[in-house]
Amino acid sequence: MKKILFIEDESALQKAFGDILSESGYEMKSAMDGETGLRLVGTEKPDLILLDITLPKLNGFEVLEKLKKNPETKKIPVIILTNLEKIEDVDKAIGLGAMTYLVKAQYKLEDVIEKIKNAIKEK
Amino acid sequence: MICKKILGKLNIIAQCRSYGLSAWQCPQFLFLIMGVFIILSSVVSYLIGVRFLADPEIVAFVVIIIAAALFIISFATTRSFERLAEASRMKSEFINIVSHQLRSPLTNLKWTVDLLFSDKIKTSVSKKEEYFAVLQENANRMLELVNDLIIVSKIEQGIFPQRNQEISVADIFLEMISGVKIYAEALNIKINFQAQNNLPKIFADPSHLKIIAENLLDNAIRYSKGGGEVDIKVEKRGNKLFFKIKDAGVGISEKDKKLIFQKFFRGENVLRKQTQGSGLGLFVVKSMIEKSGGRIWFESKVGKGTEFYFFLPIK
Repeated sequence: MKKILFIEDESALQKAFGDILSESGYEMKSAMDGETGLRLVGTEKPDLILLDITLPKLNGFEVLEKLKKNPETKKIPVIILTNLEKIEDVDKAIGLGAMTYLVKAQYKLEDVIEKIKNAIKEK
Repeated sequence: MICKKILGKLNIIAQCRSYGLSAWQCPQFLFLIMGVFIILSSVVSYLIGVRFLADPEIVAFVVIIIAAALFIISFATTRSFERLAEASRMKSEFINIVSHQLRSPLTNLKWTVDLLFSDKIKTSVSKKEEYFAVLQENANRMLELVNDLIIVSKIEQGIFPQRNQEISVADIFLEMISGVKIYAEALNIKINFQAQNNLPKIFADPSHLKIIAENLLDNAIRYSKGGGEVDIKVEKRGNKLFFKIKDAGVGISEKDKKLIFQKFFRGENVLRKQTQGSGLGLFVVKSMIEKSGGRIWFESKVGKGTEFYFFLPIK
């Protein structure tokens, strides 16, 4: 079973994604802050990471930078899922190695799930 | 109709009020003063010139005085435009912050409703209850934000009611601390509260003191990067109660120090992308403390932490 790590401080979104991804045959692990998320990447070895930007302890950019600098984690695809939509933020995330940048408010839940499935298939 | 429009434009006091500026900071008023001054100075220069034509030093002196006065008025006018531009920039920033803060709970609402309607999820009764709880929590979050905005609006219009009564500040602080304890512990932050023995009760509005304590405490926790301690101290000094809230967090930069009590302002510190905030908290805190007859100030060093101090009169 493919494993997805969701680093997001909104428990409501963790619940929504947890339910829909497990129904779709994925295993979801979650972290409420950047530091825990980074630790879970090491122990859980996820196939895909969903990462928010506004996070306690370490923000999404810091997490992404550390992931991409580490040879053991740099190949894990990272989808940014945030409500920040400034072009500088998008450029920064893509520049740091994010696979896709999704602005939450612009997508339906099922569209995001579809993008996650495609990303795992492409891996 | 056109006449009415022109008269409306000429109602300078109303225009200045609409900007929330005093007359001496309002461009329209300053332009009016400058216009009157230019007309008067032209007449005076003419009369002095005619009378003292044989004595050019006096004429030159008068012209220099007039030029200096015009320079000062122009400077004040330019400053007033700068203030308006800054106010406009902060409003745009505020709209950006508020939209973002409303957007997160709205996204949660939208996606949870998507789930409730989705045929891909087996929604048992207990699952549905969980989703309804999420809807309720996010609706409450939005309501809290809108309530904060209403408080700010009332403060600005000077219609924020104050219902003073005898209150124990220690009880209020302990209540607020217990409310944030779990949140603080999750971030490895210990809160120490120390109140002087036999602290007298004060005559103040309990809801205001709760808002003050909540905001200062929340900031101290939020900006304590990677854990630490937050110390709160209350003591009696003369006929006032003196409060100190100290954190060992990221601190406030020299550039931000002048601006932190302005509404909608958020510091450009390292945690900007790690914390959510409307930039209203310290503005509300300062307004409430001053309305209660107190004063607030702070000391801060980047990387070392911040100490907020404030006092409130006992009666």
